[in-house]
Amino acid sequence: MKQRLHILLLSLCLTVSLTAEAASEDNERIDVKGIVLGHLGDAYDWHILTWNDRHISLPLPCIVYSEHSGWHLFLSSVFHHGTGRAHEGFFLNPDDNGKIYEYVDGTPVKPWDISITKDVLQIWIVAALLLFIFLHTARWYKYRDAGSPAPKGFTGFIEMFVMMINDEVIKGAIGEKHYRRFAPYLLTCFFFIFLTNLLGLLPIFPGGANVTGNITITFFLSVCTFLVVNFSGNKEYWKEIFWPEVPTWLKAPVPIMPVIEFFGIFTKPFALMVRLFANMLGGHAIILSLTCVIFITCQIGAGLGAPMTVTSFALMIFMNCLELLVAFIQAYVFTMLSAIFIGLALPEHHGH
Amino acid sequence: MNLPSVLSPDFGLLFWMLIAFLVVFALLAKFGFPVITGMVEERKKFIDESLQSAREANERLASIHAESETLLKEAREKQAQILSEAKYTSQAIIAEARTKAETESSKMLNEAKAQILAEKENALRDIRAQVADLSLGIAEKIMRNELQKDGEHEKFVKRLLEEL
Repeated sequence: MKQRLHILLLSLCLTVSLTAEAASEDNERIDVKGIVLGHLGDAYDWHILTWNDRHISLPLPCIVYSEHSGWHLFLSSVFHHGTGRAHEGFFLNPDDNGKIYEYVDGTPVKPWDISITKDVLQIWIVAALLLFIFLHTARWYKYRDAGSPAPKGFTGFIEMFVMMINDEVIKGAIGEKHYRRFAPYLLTCFFFIFLTNLLGLLPIFPGGANVTGNITITFFLSVCTFLVVNFSGNKEYWKEIFWPEVPTWLKAPVPIMPVIEFFGIFTKPFALMVRLFANMLGGHAIILSLTCVIFITCQIGAGLGAPMTVTSFALMIFMNCLELLVAFIQAYVFTMLSAIFIGLALPEHHGH
Repeated sequence: MNLPSVLSPDFGLLFWMLIAFLVVFALLAKFGFPVITGMVEERKKFIDESLQSAREANERLASIHAESETLLKEAREKQAQILSEAKYTSQAIIAEARTKAETESSKMLNEAKAQILAEKENALRDIRAQVADLSLGIAEKIMRNELQKDGEHEKFVKRLLEEL
């Protein structure tokens, strides 16, 4: 309790000093959209903080392949956090969210870009953490047999967590008969999304990248589910799509139902993609917007700024708590729906 | 149109995501999750089996208890039976001995009585014979005395003849 009070006081002091700093700045308009999207988007360097107009950030390696000039490897610090400078003909194109472009004969051309960006580094941090957590837990069993007592502490917690998802979500949705084949994929999915969501809530370095709120990531995950569902779908599943059990006029001359069912194959993973993306993006955007409220109101005047700072601070705490819940719920929902889609792709033959 | 970067799919991010996810999936699917879930299932099976065997042991213990109880009961019954039999036998032996003794004694008594009777008879016969001898002798002596007088012979013979 005392510790919590300390944290609260410290955060309040920090907020007040930030407010003061914001108020002392000269009155240029704050670009809320730019700040929010800038924080949510990917970047070539990992910005940690700005101190007296100096950007302190972690430079990350840029790896680009140009059909014109071959492979290039350089640190993102060559651009000095700006879009103006060019390096070896490469520059950050402000017309395409500051992506790396190359000037070829005076026109900007997009090269193949596999740079280790902020999101990529975040993904690797999550991957390393996942590997550490679960291989560490699995190692615990190596020196024990079924007769030894159940693990305690961290290993016990991880075991309980894994078994909860395994039994309640995966076994429940797919069924006793087939679930074993899909459990590793769905568990990886769940813990990847969950840990990424959690780290995304941290405001500074080891976390803070908006990975699950990026359409590329959710696209990848839903494509994985799409492939798993459709490659494991049995004969009955495909029959229900192309020749469903509906009155014949709904499918014979004009295949209304088959067309609807066929679109269903794509809309299901599409919904997965958009749901996770929108939920994570929305939560982060609200927290960032609430932060911006402090700066905007302080710019207008200290009299408005002080109460609004307190209000928005309280709201931010609330939103962060909510986001903790959402981090779990979205991972849970994604895994559960994936499991349900897999379960639906494995219908038992029912003789009507 | 310029989409915000979170909404525009990015090749590099997809590429690294693919690699990172596949690496994590491959390693965890081989060395991570199956080990954990397998172990938990094994433990569950072990616990179930332990419970089952404990239940069986309990049942066996209970049956052994019941068996020993019945054995004890049987032994007690047998003991009681033996005791009662012994009692019965001893009573029978005593009764037999008594009847034997009674018959023996009565037999002896009868024999004694018979002997006494026989003795008595003998004695009586002796006495009778002696009485007869004595009476004969006495009679002889009386006769001799009587007949020594004259005429008495004839009188006597005459009386005898008359009596006949």
